[in-house]
Amino acid sequence: MSNTKKMSISDIFGKLFRNQIFVPIAAMLILLIFNLIADPSFFRITLGYNSAGNPVLSGYLMTVLDCGSELAILAIGMTLVTAASGGQDISVGAGIAIAGSALLRVLCGNNTRPETLNAPIIVAFLVSVLVAMCFGAFNGCLVAFFKIQPMVATLILYTAGRSIAAWINNNELPIVSDATFSYIGGFIPGIPIPTPFFIAAACLLIIALVLKFTNLGLYTQAVGINESSSRLNGLNPTFIKWLSFVILGICVAVAALIKVSRLSSINYSVIAKDIEMDAILAVALGGNALSGGKFNMWASVMGAFVIQLLTTTLYKFNVQSDALPAYKAVVVILLVVFSSPVVREKMAQISKKMKSRKEAA
Amino acid sequence: MAKKLKNMSDSNLLLLITIVVFVLMYAGAIMFQGKGFLKPQTFFNILNANAALIILSCGLSLVMITGGIDISVGGMTALVSMCCAVYLDFKGGNVAVSMLIALCIGLAFGIVQGFLVAYLDIQPFIVTLAGMFFARGMTTIVNTNPFNVANENFVALKETRVIVPGMGSVNKLGKYVDAYVEIGVIVALIVVILMFLMLKYTKLGRAFYAVGGNKQSALMLGINVKRTKFLSHLICSILGAIGGYVYFLHVGSGAASHAQGAEMNAIASSIIGGTMLTGGVGNIVGTFFGVLSLSTIQNIVSSAGLDQAWWTGITIAAMLCIFLVIQSVVMARKHSQVKK
Repeated sequence: MSNTKKMSISDIFGKLFRNQIFVPIAAMLILLIFNLIADPSFFRITLGYNSAGNPVLSGYLMTVLDCGSELAILAIGMTLVTAASGGQDISVGAGIAIAGSALLRVLCGNNTRPETLNAPIIVAFLVSVLVAMCFGAFNGCLVAFFKIQPMVATLILYTAGRSIAAWINNNELPIVSDATFSYIGGFIPGIPIPTPFFIAAACLLIIALVLKFTNLGLYTQAVGINESSSRLNGLNPTFIKWLSFVILGICVAVAALIKVSRLSSINYSVIAKDIEMDAILAVALGGNALSGGKFNMWASVMGAFVIQLLTTTLYKFNVQSDALPAYKAVVVILLVVFSSPVVREKMAQISKKMKSRKEAA
Repeated sequence: MAKKLKNMSDSNLLLLITIVVFVLMYAGAIMFQGKGFLKPQTFFNILNANAALIILSCGLSLVMITGGIDISVGGMTALVSMCCAVYLDFKGGNVAVSMLIALCIGLAFGIVQGFLVAYLDIQPFIVTLAGMFFARGMTTIVNTNPFNVANENFVALKETRVIVPGMGSVNKLGKYVDAYVEIGVIVALIVVILMFLMLKYTKLGRAFYAVGGNKQSALMLGINVKRTKFLSHLICSILGAIGGYVYFLHVGSGAASHAQGAEMNAIASSIIGGTMLTGGVGNIVGTFFGVLSLSTIQNIVSSAGLDQAWWTGITIAAMLCIFLVIQSVVMARKHSQVKK
């Protein structure tokens, strides 16, 4: 009797382990517990007032929520690209520089220090979305039509992107002095929760509705799992791959809006530096196969926040920002090693052996 | 002629395109930029500045021929130069040991990356992306601030010039100046020749092509696919370390920002040189010309007064884009031939 009960418990655990969202949640719990033991002040959230006299919540957890938002937005697009093409876009950081540069160009016009905005924010945003979509479409063309490996195709923009961004603004660094613009990356007066979080929530809602009411998710997975059989089933894999890159372009533009608004300015060589690594890491941490196929959007988004939690934790322990990639690289390697089919098979074999030994005993 | 072109193998066709592009570009440079490019020393200066890139590109070509990719070489270059610089300057070590350090770094990267790619079957891009970030991060951890190396033996080695006989020119003062190359160029040429011979005439070299061309058939031919892949990454990383040391010898300093984007240039050179991303096609001679084409373009850009940093990035990316599309077209041609 007790034996069967035990089995059912292990079954439940097995199901839990196999559930994709388990990985990011477990990682998050480990990080949180680590912080709790190392320094409980990590969890302190204080209500203060910023320089404009508006109430704001501050604390490490709020930083995670705040800075994790743009990563979560990028993770949405990156998940789709990964699922459809079986590769990743490494030009998102450069793409953010381009979109942000275009945004500032429209906002400021030819004047680099305008007193008033040259165009409404929404117009500038739409222009930057258009620009980012164009660059996404360019990447998508190389991948879908010319059948170039996604990472190599996006390597082109990865090199040229920041140069193009600097070229859009004649290598000048415009500064926006308008207060409403800084609300987007900061706080709306009267609301103590950072605005990027609301933007991320809105993006998630939109993508949830899209996945629910259209066939995008199904088609993307079908193309990622087997391109030729999805073609035989009447899908157009070229178009779907291309579409996923265009959607990533939109996500890049939204992330650029937040990033640029945070500074009210731009630094072409530093803005969103190494964010492509974080975005890929978020997808991997979400348990999605980096070689394409099935995906779980929510696991990716969770993964994005876990990555930000890791970054914030490392910053808290005074790790230099330039040294961060080394630690993250170790995490990536560990993740891919444990999720690689070879290692999984080996582990399954070991656990089987253990089980049979137990039964024998 | 058309028939001859049609019957040409992919490798030769791509090599031909590369050499033609290089000759055209150099001729264009001579025509539009004046006599500066006619001097042999200008050409040797291109070699001096790009000796490291030639070595890195050879390694990358090898990996790409085997069907993989390695983007960690730029980070490794930075790591090697920083570690050697710290060892030579702060610890007062000798030059031979610093070379050994560089080789050890290369071996470590090669073994780990090769193992992960070949035996655990993880995508090479992810593994080497992590390798790149790891190397860059480690460079900062080793030492944050850039500094010049003052070690006497090292500086003597760095200043050593190998004079090329008969290539000198008369300078403005009417004095005859010998043309020279740095030691790095000699190393690079040796690497190019060795790699060329290895790929062309040894069993192992042909195995790289076989694995890159078709894994299944390579397996049926009795080639140890995993070991071949592993070796390709190992050799690439060791070449990365050698290239890193040559780079270090050229600049003589350690900095975390060294060789930024070198992986990109190396990949671009290999692709321009006719190495196919899909594997199985490539030529070290082409890679050599790829590096030359790339650096000639950079020279043209900077001597045309467009010395703003962004132009270099944009031109390289544009060239890469064009050559990628050419490759894609060549592949399509191959497929249509197979169908016929």
